Amino acid sequence: MAQLEKSGSIIFMLDRSQKELVIEAGRSESQYWKDLWRYRELFYFLAWRDILVRYKQTVIGIAWALIRPFLTMVVFTVVFSLLAKLPSEGNAPYPIMVFAALLPWQFFSNALSECSNSLISNANLISKVYFPRLIVPASAVIVSFVDFLVSGMILLALMAWYNFVPSWRILTLPAFTLIAFALSMGAGLWLAALNVKYRDFRYVVPFILQFGLYISPVGFSSTIVPEKWRWVYSLNPMVGVIDGFRWAIIGGQTKISWSGFTISVGLVALLLLGGIWYFRKTERTFADVI
Amino acid sequence: MSEDIAIGVENLGKKYIIGHQKPERYTTLRDAIANKLKSLGHQPLRQRLNNDAPGREDFWALKDVSFEIRQGQRVGIIGRNGAGKSTLLKILSRITEPTTGRVSIKGRVASLLEVGTGFHPELTGRENIYLNGAILGMSKVEIKRKFDEIVAFAEIDKFLDTPVKRYSSGMYVRLAFAVAAHLEPEILIVDEVLAVGDYQFQKKCLGKMEDVAKSGRTVLFVSHNMQAVSQLTERCVILAGGRTHFDGPTDKAIMTYLVAQKESFDQPAYYQAPPNKSGNHVTWARVHTSEPQGLHCWGNPIIFEFALNITEPQEGVCFSFQVVNAHQQAVTYQWLFDSEKPFGHQAGKVILRCIIPKFRIYMGTYKLITWLSGRGRIITESLSDICFFEVTMQSIVRNEFDWHPDACLYIEDANWEIYHP
Repeated sequence: MAQLEKSGSIIFMLDRSQKELVIEAGRSESQYWKDLWRYRELFYFLAWRDILVRYKQTVIGIAWALIRPFLTMVVFTVVFSLLAKLPSEGNAPYPIMVFAALLPWQFFSNALSECSNSLISNANLISKVYFPRLIVPASAVIVSFVDFLVSGMILLALMAWYNFVPSWRILTLPAFTLIAFALSMGAGLWLAALNVKYRDFRYVVPFILQFGLYISPVGFSSTIVPEKWRWVYSLNPMVGVIDGFRWAIIGGQTKISWSGFTISVGLVALLLLGGIWYFRKTERTFADVI
Repeated sequence: MSEDIAIGVENLGKKYIIGHQKPERYTTLRDAIANKLKSLGHQPLRQRLNNDAPGREDFWALKDVSFEIRQGQRVGIIGRNGAGKSTLLKILSRITEPTTGRVSIKGRVASLLEVGTGFHPELTGRENIYLNGAILGMSKVEIKRKFDEIVAFAEIDKFLDTPVKRYSSGMYVRLAFAVAAHLEPEILIVDEVLAVGDYQFQKKCLGKMEDVAKSGRTVLFVSHNMQAVSQLTERCVILAGGRTHFDGPTDKAIMTYLVAQKESFDQPAYYQAPPNKSGNHVTWARVHTSEPQGLHCWGNPIIFEFALNITEPQEGVCFSFQVVNAHQQAVTYQWLFDSEKPFGHQAGKVILRCIIPKFRIYMGTYKLITWLSGRGRIITESLSDICFFEVTMQSIVRNEFDWHPDACLYIEDANWEIYHP
C-alpha cells in the first residue's frame, strides 16, 4: 500500500477494496499476527536503534561486549577451578567449559533485564503510537542476541588458544541457542508485562539474575550435582540450556541427563506460551496504566 | 456502513477507574495481592462485585459518542481540557481500547498525537528520521524516497549527522514535524501538534496541513487554536464532559464553543452597581456584542450602554470610558460632555448609549474603565475592569493569513492602490 502514489483516485479505489478495521471493547484482533508482520520494519528499527545507542559515547565501543564475558570467565576459572578445585567436564580446559555456559547465561541475563524494562523505557511510544506491543520486548531480546554473537568470538579464540577441536555436535548449537532464545523471550514477556503494572518487578529481576547465576551451573559443571537430585535441578530451565551448550561445544565424554533436559525444555515451552498469552491479555491496557 | 464513510463511531465510551488519594499511576504488587486476598476472604460476593475499595471511582472520559466521517472530510474536534478529545484520538489510533461501543475505520491511519515520538537523543538527525518514520508507520522505501524533502522542510541539512541532543529546541521540533508532515495516509489524525515552534514555523506547518487536507484525505484535527481549526476543517465536533455537545459546520461550532467558554465568566459584558451606592453613579453597564455571552465579531456594530443614576444634578457633567486590552493598554477612548448633549441636569435615571458602527479593535479580551466627573472635572466615580468581552476574527476568515494574537491593536479600513511607473 505504501508504494501507491498519492493520487486521490487511487486512494479511493483502494479504500473500497480494503477491509475495514473495527475497534471494539475486548476484541482481540484476529489480525494481530498479520499486524506483527506488517510492522516488521519497526521491529528492525527498534533493534537497530538499541544497538546503535548501546555503545554511543563510549571509548572502546563494542569491545565492551567482549570484555565483560571475558573477565567473568577469568574470574570463574580462578575461583572455581584453581581455588575450589572443581572438576571440568570431559577433557575440556576449564575456561572453555565455563565459557560454554557463560555464553547462554549472559545472553539470558542481558535479555531478561533489557526485556523486562523494555516496555517502561519505551513508555512514550506506547502511549502515543499504535503497533503490536510484542515488538518492543522482542527487539530487546534481539539486541542481547547480537551481544551473544559478538561474545561467541571469544569462544572461538579460546578454542584456538587451547587447540580444542569441537566434534560434530557443535552443529546442534543453533537448536540450543533457539531454546535459550525461547527462554529469554518467555521469561522476558512475563516480566515486561508484569512490570508495566507492578513496578516491583524492577527489583525482582536483578535479584532473579543474581540468584540464578549461582543456582545455574555456570561456573561449575552440573555433574557435581548428585544424580538423584538432577531432575530437581533441571526445574531451573537454564540448567537444560547450559547442559545443552556444553554437550554441543565440548563434545567427547560429556554426558547430558536427557530426562532433565526434557524437563527444562518443557518448562521453557510452557514459559514462552504462557508469556505470550499473558502479554496478549494485558497488552490492551498498557497505554492506560504505564 | 455505507461505502464512503471513512470513520464510523457508535456509542463510544471509555471508563477509567480513578483512585483518590493515590497519586501513583501504578499499583504495587503488595496492594494487588492484599486486595485479592481480601476479596477471596469472607467478604460477601455482592460486595466483591461492587468492586470497590473505598476511594475508587469510575470516571467516564467518553460516553455515548457517535458520529460518522465521510471520505475526504476534514473534521475538527474541539472542547475544553478534559473534554475527552485526547481519549477519543487514542481510541481511534488504537492506542487504547474503548470500554463500550465500536469504531470502524476504512483506510490507512496515521496518527500524530505528538511530534517527535520516539526520537532518541543519542541518534543523529539522519538516524532519527528513519526511526521516527518507521514508528509513524512509514516503510523504509518510503522514507528513503522522501528523505531529501524531509531534510529540506526541516532546514537542518547541515546538522544531519549531529546527535539530536545537540540540536536547539527549534531544530528538534522542525525535524520532528517534518517527518510527520511527510506521512501519506488516507486518514490523518492530528492532536494539537501545531502548538510548537516559532510563529514562522507554525505557519509553515499549517500550510503543510492545509495541503494534506486539500489533497482529498480524511483529516481529524484537534486543536485549541480556533484559527487553525477554522482554516483546516469544514466540520467540527464539540466534546464536553466526554459527550458530543455539538456536531456541525465549523464556523457555527467555533461560535458555540467560544460562547460556551464564556459561560464560565459570570455575566459577561455586564456590570451592576451594588445597591448601597450613593451620589452620581453608574447603576449598570452593558456591552451589546454581536454574539451572545460577550463575544463580538470584528467589524460589527457594538453598543456600549450605561445607566446613570443622577442624584446631584449639575452642569459640566462628563462621562467617558476606555476600552482596555489584556495588557492594560487603553485601546480606545470615548466621551460625552453634558454641554454637548445634556444628561446630567436632571435628577433620576438616564441611559447613555454609545454606538460604534464598525468596531475594528483587534482580537482579544477587553474590559472597560469608566469615568464620571462633575463640575470642575472632579471625578465622581471611576470603575475599572468591568464588562469583560471578547473580540474574535471569526467572521473574517482569510485563508492566506491567520490571525495571530497581539499582531496589532487595531485594524483600519484601507484601500490599496497599485501603480506601475
